[in-house]
Amino acid sequence: MTIETRVTPGAMDAGAETEERGGNVMRKALLSVIALAAAMAGSAWAGTLDDVKARGEINCGVSEGVPGFSIPDASGRWVGLDVDMCRAVAAAIFGNPDKIKFVPLSSKQKVLAVATGQVDITSRTTTWTMQRDTKEGADFTTIVYFDGQAFMVRKDLGVKSAKALNGATVCVTSGTTTELNLADFARANGIKFEPVVFEGKKEAVNAYKSGRCDALTTDFSQLAAFRTTFPDPAAHVILPELISKEPLAPLVKHGDNQWKDLVTWTINGLVEAEEFGVTKANADDMKAKSKDPSIQRMLGVSGDFGGDIGLGKDWLYNAIKATGNYGEIFDRNLGAGSELKMERGMNALWTKGGLLFVPPIR
Amino acid sequence: MSENADRQADDTPPPRRSLFAADRIASWVAQLLVVAAVLSCAYILFATAQANLEARHIRSGFKFLGLESGFPIGDSLISFEPTDSYGRAFLVGVVNTFYVSVLSIVLATVVGVIIGVAQVSRNWLVAKMAEIYVEILRNIPLLLTLLFVYGVVLAGLPAVRRSIELFEGVFLNQRGLYLPRPLPQNGFGFVVAAAVLAVVGAVIMVLWARRYRDLTGTVVPSVRIALGMVVGVPLLAYVAAGAPLDWEVPVLAGFNYQGGLVFRPEFAALLIGLVIYRGAFIAENVRSGILAVGKGQREAAAAVGLTPGRTMQLIVLPQALRTIIPSTTNDYASLVKDSSLAVAIGYPDMVSVGGTMIGQNGQAIEIIGMWMAIYLTINLVVSLLMNWANLKAQLVER
Repeated sequence: MTIETRVTPGAMDAGAETEERGGNVMRKALLSVIALAAAMAGSAWAGTLDDVKARGEINCGVSEGVPGFSIPDASGRWVGLDVDMCRAVAAAIFGNPDKIKFVPLSSKQKVLAVATGQVDITSRTTTWTMQRDTKEGADFTTIVYFDGQAFMVRKDLGVKSAKALNGATVCVTSGTTTELNLADFARANGIKFEPVVFEGKKEAVNAYKSGRCDALTTDFSQLAAFRTTFPDPAAHVILPELISKEPLAPLVKHGDNQWKDLVTWTINGLVEAEEFGVTKANADDMKAKSKDPSIQRMLGVSGDFGGDIGLGKDWLYNAIKATGNYGEIFDRNLGAGSELKMERGMNALWTKGGLLFVPPIR
Repeated sequence: MSENADRQADDTPPPRRSLFAADRIASWVAQLLVVAAVLSCAYILFATAQANLEARHIRSGFKFLGLESGFPIGDSLISFEPTDSYGRAFLVGVVNTFYVSVLSIVLATVVGVIIGVAQVSRNWLVAKMAEIYVEILRNIPLLLTLLFVYGVVLAGLPAVRRSIELFEGVFLNQRGLYLPRPLPQNGFGFVVAAAVLAVVGAVIMVLWARRYRDLTGTVVPSVRIALGMVVGVPLLAYVAAGAPLDWEVPVLAGFNYQGGLVFRPEFAALLIGLVIYRGAFIAENVRSGILAVGKGQREAAAAVGLTPGRTMQLIVLPQALRTIIPSTTNDYASLVKDSSLAVAIGYPDMVSVGGTMIGQNGQAIEIIGMWMAIYLTINLVVSLLMNWANLKAQLVER
């Protein structure tokens, strides 16, 4: 865990108060300690964007390996939908999607790491909940994947519904909303589960594979992803019920609105690009020729929307050139272009019956 | 600092002792200042953390302990429901940590003594095998050993529907070892009372036998008699009271066996891993302790006609304890701390349960503080007990 050493004005006041109460004997010692603390602490708050620019790269918190979302490929390069969100932000800032340091985080660390500034963005299949948004020092940007929690069981168990799982042993990962949803679902339906709680996803999946548990539960997308890694994917079924809403969104530190706007609008821009048909391949062409004012605004031909979030005019153009639009990112990592072959489903554009409906760039 | 010290020194009148007194006071003042500096450092850190938490809208405080936890725990010694509080959930974890630690300490000691004695055995094969055991276990990270043991346990056990029935009502499968649960009926108190009496009687008898031996030189096989008493008397009472126990036998219902007592594979893997790993270290302590006892002691014992087994038991091990106990205290402390690796294999110890709590309410600082406090308490108690044992084991000069 990182302990933040910055001294905020509030902390200095608290220190000063003790000093007065402490009287003469302690004054010298205290003063020197405060001086030391202040020296260690560095000067004032700087915005995340300034920090990132000075550092020359983004620290992006990702998972320890979830296929389709964030996982190192055969050559060790991080790939996945969550990874591409960070890459798009890096491209928007630096014009280069590789100016990133990826920091694998456990479930427990994911919110804390971004709240304390250990990472600039946590892009790690994290469910947007009120508690995390309001009480844990982090802010959610915008939903990048609409998910729901589901159960996977062996086909030969003959179970057709999650409600038929009374008394079943369920493998689950700790520090996730999954664990709570499981308990809520059981109570709502008057059934009982025996949970086996693992620190890591890998261990939970292995325990399920070995037969320790009757069912494995996590977000639908991840079940589908893990199933592709099984030696016998066809022997497992994902039960139809989604027992929760899991809107997955990247997080930034609470209170840095400029940075939050930057990340939010970069992601919005990727969806907007899909809506207007701007792709990695045709971005140059569109930039040169398109007469559509929406596309002109998006690609920095007219207006200065990049300037409003502290970036250059080309911010979204650079992002699209690096990662492609949202549709391309989805296809490459989760959809037809990947091993997971997942349907767009809820994650299709609103114009195609899905839930992706982002505010316009204007 | 020095200025204060000087002023204080001037206030102390008697000239003869002034040098020493001034020194002493100066040193006291210096120590006080250091303590004050450390305390204020700690306070500043605390205040800074508080302010930072405040500034970032991170909730702090211990109010959450009274709130409903909302999550189930798979393996608990005390009753627990999702409707119980976070505080009780944490208590379940603490009890589990304590349970697995104490049991591991006892078993690791047994393993350690056996392997340690085997290492100095004159039988080449036994000594080599013990040595290989120690070298392998000691040089592999415990986490790997745990994952390996857990993998072996899961792979080695049959699926639920193919459970092995070891004895009537005792089932073994991937979900655990299921035993019938004893349900005390009327008259069981009589058996308990008999057991208590038997233990007290056995202790008195052993003490008497020891004094009798010291006075007369006649050895009474008191330990065996005591064992007989402790087992036999309650058994007789049990039969006399008309077997006042019912058994709740586990039955396969739905996905799992229901009812009875269960030892989970996670618990078994953690226990086995901790015991074989820490046993290797304790074996080394035992070996070095034995080697530290003078050769003359053994020769003297042989000269008065003691067998090698009796020599080990009566002459060597009691003296070796002086060397063994201090280093083994460290090993016990490490074992308690190592039990936190339970999170890797899904045993709900205090760290695992606390981790779930952090995931739900984000109050990492409080929960990590609680972890530290509990480990500190357990280990301080272990140290106290071991220091007491160490005092007992020291040479008493007469």
